[in-house]
This record gives sequence, C-alpha cells and structure tokens, in this order.
Amino acid sequence: MKKILLIIQREYLTRVKKRSFIIMTILGPVLMAALMIVPIYIAQLSDSEKKVIEILDETGIFFNKFTNTDNISFRHIFTDLQTAKNNFAESGDYALLYIPKTQIALPTTAILYSDIQPNINVKSYIKRVMVKEIEEQKLIININKLNLDHKDREIAMDIPNSIKTSINLSTIKITEEGYEEKTFTEVSMVLGIFSGILIYFFIFLFGAQVMRGVIEEKTSRIVEVIISSVKPFQLMMGKIIGIAFVGITQLLLWIVLTFSIVSIFQISFADKLPVKSTEILSTNNQLIPAEQLQTTNENTDEITQIFEAIYSINFGVMILSFLFYFLFGYLLYAALFAAVGSAVDSEADTQQFMLPITIPLIFAIIMAQFIIQNPEGPVSFWLSIIPLTSPIIMMVRIPFGVSNVEVILSMSLLVLGFLGTTWLAAKIYRTGILMYGKKVNYKELWKWLKY
Amino acid sequence: MDLFSAHNITKHFSNHTALNKVSISVSEQSIFGLLGPNGAGKTTFLRIINQITAPDEGELFFSGKKLTPKHIEQIGYLPEERGLYKKMKVGEQALYLAQLKGINKKDAIKKLKYWFEKFEILTWWNRKVEELSKGMQQKVQFIITILHEPKLLIFDEPFSGFDPINVNLIKDEILKLRDNGSTIIFSTHNMASVEELCDHIALIDNSIKILDGKVKDIKKEYKSNTYEVVYTDFIGNLNSILDNNFKLLEQNQEDDLYKAKIKLPDETRPNDLLQNLMPHLVINSFNEIIPTMNDIFIAKVKKNIDAKYNNA
Repeated sequence: MKKILLIIQREYLTRVKKRSFIIMTILGPVLMAALMIVPIYIAQLSDSEKKVIEILDETGIFFNKFTNTDNISFRHIFTDLQTAKNNFAESGDYALLYIPKTQIALPTTAILYSDIQPNINVKSYIKRVMVKEIEEQKLIININKLNLDHKDREIAMDIPNSIKTSINLSTIKITEEGYEEKTFTEVSMVLGIFSGILIYFFIFLFGAQVMRGVIEEKTSRIVEVIISSVKPFQLMMGKIIGIAFVGITQLLLWIVLTFSIVSIFQISFADKLPVKSTEILSTNNQLIPAEQLQTTNENTDEITQIFEAIYSINFGVMILSFLFYFLFGYLLYAALFAAVGSAVDSEADTQQFMLPITIPLIFAIIMAQFIIQNPEGPVSFWLSIIPLTSPIIMMVRIPFGVSNVEVILSMSLLVLGFLGTTWLAAKIYRTGILMYGKKVNYKELWKWLKY
Repeated sequence: MDLFSAHNITKHFSNHTALNKVSISVSEQSIFGLLGPNGAGKTTFLRIINQITAPDEGELFFSGKKLTPKHIEQIGYLPEERGLYKKMKVGEQALYLAQLKGINKKDAIKKLKYWFEKFEILTWWNRKVEELSKGMQQKVQFIITILHEPKLLIFDEPFSGFDPINVNLIKDEILKLRDNGSTIIFSTHNMASVEELCDHIALIDNSIKILDGKVKDIKKEYKSNTYEVVYTDFIGNLNSILDNNFKLLEQNQEDDLYKAKIKLPDETRPNDLLQNLMPHLVINSFNEIIPTMNDIFIAKVKKNIDAKYNNA
C-alpha cells in the first residue's frame, strides 16, 4: 500500500510540475474568458480612427440624412461620378458612396468605392440610414394617399415604431416534489453538450497520458526494474490514479479560475453597458441613437436572462456529477489505454488497438446531439446506462433533469464497468510490459488474457 | 547451507517451453553463474525467481522457506532490459526506486550519497537521466539494485554496456558483496567473467539444464590430460620421436619457436612425456591445457544441438 502511494505521488508530481500542465491550466480559463471578453473589447476599441466618407447622391433624397458619428463623418460632393472617383483617389478619404439616380422608383442600390475593404460597421451603418430613409419616404407616399388630417397623420407615421415587438417565452418545469422550476431549454442544451464534450476531451487527454506513460516505461526499459519491487497491477493502478489526480487538479483549477474570471467579467460588463448608451446619447442627435439604444436595451435583457438561466442551473449537482462521471469515465477507459500502451513498443503502433476504445466515445459524442433533442427517450436512457457511453451521455442529460434512480443505476454500472475493464486490462498489461520487439495482434492479446 | 533453491521449475508459453524441470541450488555467500545461449530460458528463470512471472510447475525456496512476495525486499534484481525514466533527475529517481524497495527516505538518501560518491557520480545528482552516458546510467542502476543490501542479488548480463574499466569496478563490487555476505546469481555470455567470479555454474540450453556444478570441478572434469610443449632445436614431425601412446594433436611453428599439443592416455603422468621428449629437443615451456569455460560452453551446447538433430 505504501508503495502504490509512492507511485501515485511520482506520477502526480512529475506531471503537475511539467511546464505543459501549468500552461494548460492557465491557458484554459484565459482562453474561455478571452472568447467572451475580447470581441466586445475589440468592438469598442478598434474604430477609433476618424473616417471620412464622400457622398455622391444623384437622387438628392439623402442630403444631410447621413449624420456624423464618433468616427465616421460624411461630406456631400456634387460632381459627376468620374470626377468624383478621380478626386477620391487623391483625397485620402475612406470611401466614396455613390447613389445613382433612378427614373421612377425610390433608389434601392448604392455603390461604395474604397481602396480597402470597407469594414462591416461602416457598411451596416450606411445601409441602416438608407433603409430608414427609404422606408420613411415610402411611408409618406402611402400616407399621402390616405388624405389624413394632421393628428391622424402623426399617428400613422408612428405605426412602424409602435408595432415592433419581441416575445419572451419562459418555460417552467413542475418537478416531482411539486415545486415549480423555471427552465431554460437552450441553456440546458448548451450545458449538456458542453459537459459531454468536456468529458470526451478529458477521457482522451488523460487516457492518452496513461498510455504514453506506459509506453515510456516500456521503451525506457525501466518497467522490469520497477516490477521487481512492486506488482504490475500496483504500477498500473498507481499510474492511473496519479493521473486521475492530475486531471482533477486541472479541472478544479479550471472551474475556480473560470468562475472568478466570469464574475469579474460580469461586474465589468454590467458597468460598461450604461456607459455605452449614455455616450451614444450625448454625442449624437435623435434618430439613430434612439434606435441603437433600443437594441442595446434588448441586449441587456437577453444578457440578464442568460445570467438568470445560468443561475437557475444547480451547479452543485452539475459539478458533483461531472466530477463523478469524469473520474469514473476516465478510470474505465484509462485501464484500457494502459493495456494498449503495454501491448506496443511505440506510440506509432497503437492505432489498431485504439479503435475499440475510440469507437464508443465517438459514437457517444455523435449521439449527444440527438440526445439533447430527446433527453428522455429510450435511446437516451440506454446510452446513459451502458458504462462505455454513460459518462458522456448522462452528462448531456443531467442539465435537463434525470431521475435519481436512473442516475444511481448508471453510476453503479459505471463503477462495475470500471472494475471489469481494469481486471481485463491488468491481465494484458502484466504480460505486455515484458514483451519487446514482438508484433502483437488481437489473437495474441486474447492469449494473454488467458495466461 | 542453501540460501536459494529451485526444484523442477517448468514454464510453458503458448507455443514453446521456456523451462523444463530446471533445478538449481545456490549456497549462501557464493556466486552462481547461470549460463546458456540466447533464448535458452535464463531470463524467464530469473523473472520466476523475482516473482515477476509465475512458474507452471515447481517450487522455490528462500532460506529454506517457500518463496513469497515478502521476500522481495531481500532480493535485488538488475534485469537485462533495464533503463531509467529519461526526464527524471538522477537523484530523485534513485530515491524513488530505493523507496519502492522499502527503504525509508532518510536512509535512502544517506546510502545513495555514499554509493554515488564511491562511483564518482555525485555531481550528477541533479541532472536529468537523458544527459547521462549509458555507462553512467548502468552505474545508477547497479547502485539501486544493491542499495537495500539484499541477501540475494540477481544480475542479468551485468556487464553489458560498460567499458573495461567499469567492468572491473563492477566485478570488484560483486566480489566485495559476496565477501560481505551476499549471495549472487548472475547470467552472462561473458565467459571470462564467469571464470573470474563464479563459484558454481549451471548451463541451460533449450529450456533444459545440461550442466551444473562447481567451476573447479567442471574444469577438472573437462580436462583431457593434454599438454602444450613449446620447444626449439628440432625440425620435423614430432611423431617420429613420440612414443606410440602419446597422441600428437597439433604441431606448428611461430617464428623460431615450435608448438605442439599432445594428449596423454589417462593415468599417464606428464613426467613420462617429458622423459620421452627431453633427449630430442630443448623445451621452452610445458603447460597443461585447461579448458576455458568458453570451450566447455561451446562444446556442451554444440553436443546438445547435435544430439537433437540425431534424434530428429
């Protein structure tokens, strides 16, 4: 027992002290946080340069309709297109917007000349102004046909704004105990898939580490030195458990770091929103900012809703079951990975034996996208009970709520599955680690099982 | 008294027999050489002694008691396929392996420092193993094997990978270990080292033990009463002067010296041969030809192969 602890300690410390482990541990949460924060940050910062856009409007409809923003200013020019183009090349302005004259209808096309690819914000801003203006023109034309008096006319003019609607559909689940619970299907789906993928990823990541560790011991020829003092099974389990602790350490660090980054982000995010809208208010005139303000308000609604949804999830249950399925899913597969490592002389030879290990995992991750659409169906049930797929599939189902009986059944079968694969793998392992330079096939492995 | 003995050890693998009823007994404080051509079953036998593999049949005894896993701490094993973790530091690794043998950390450090100093590798304590030469790695492995002062030491090809200076260093250490009370079993192809070190040998060929005994006795047994004479002042075939019962095996000339190998009939003393030769020539040297272990090894294994072919 003391010896297996020594092995666990060595396996754990050599890995945790590795530079790659430290980098991964820090990089993971930072990367996740970056995914959330950077786009917003960039959107706020990048457009600081002042852009001048020349407008050649042959229709005359848009005169003085383009209002300057923080970083775009508009200048009308009154020449023909050819001269405008020639002048534009020398002016150093950002772009030249050309709105060609139309015969009967209102203009629906425009061309933006530029010596670089104009950015998306500029394009959408121009589009928005034009759409708004033309919609208004059309509205006026239609209202004019109605011959309304001044008051009715004003009401009519306001119709497009007054009919804008957005619906919030919240779902509430009645639990067995009779409590009502607000549910967020989309969030459950995302969370389910996310934890499923994470388990899949972790099993491969740490399972492969077990395999590589076994191969390392075999190729460096230290294995026989060690098993002259400990049993092969102790060496195998010591390695598997040691790496399990590495996985748990990394996972816990990720959870803690991500949570702290998210909460920091949340605070700063909440601060930024009002700042942004007031800025728009103070720097611009009425029409467009009002509209923008409305959309940002909608965004804030969505964001608070997402936060509400996130808080509705029982993170205690999620994290505990995640840890369980991660741990035992890993243990189940790690023994198999160790057996594969013991049967080969180098990592290049592992391919043929990896297949039976990877197939159930890949199958589970493919099935996960169907499971989220029907988390209570028979396929979902069976896949979350069978030990080879249950670590992934059950984690996909848990955010939707799974009955305790099923969870307990699935968990006990997983533990049994782990004992089974370990027993099987140990038999292959103890023979395999002492075999050198022999091309091993499945027939050979079968023989080892029977030694 | 025997420190270790094995009785009728048999081990089959799926398509061949590695050991067939092999028995040995190793007396305390002696060096036992396990010889045999490649693939004879030596490594399998050593693995069985170390309880890495279990025999199909047969029994093993350690100090008169049945060998059990608790004896592991009294056995030190240097396998033929040996290595170290490449990325680990030398001292850290030696400490780890020593602790696995059951030595507590404090003692292990003390003992390691002593041996590292003795083998002049103390400066390598904090270096990674991959920076060490193969010979240095072998030294580290040797130290780890003997560190816990086991009663029984098992070396599988201990000299492979060492330069002649280090071979001597290890040889001296092995002899010292024996003199200090250890019992040693080692397998080797290096016949010269067998003669220098071993008190007792067993020769295994093709899973069967074909020779077993004290080195002294075996050599005596394989003596053929043959002598080498180096002489001058005689030109021509020696047969013309030899008595009929002496058999000339070989005669040749090296510069101005002549050499001849002559076999005497059993029960004949070398004095008779000398008396026969002395009147005819000048004798520079006269030696009994004692078979080397190498000769015995080759002769025995060849005979075994021939016998097999004849049977088939």
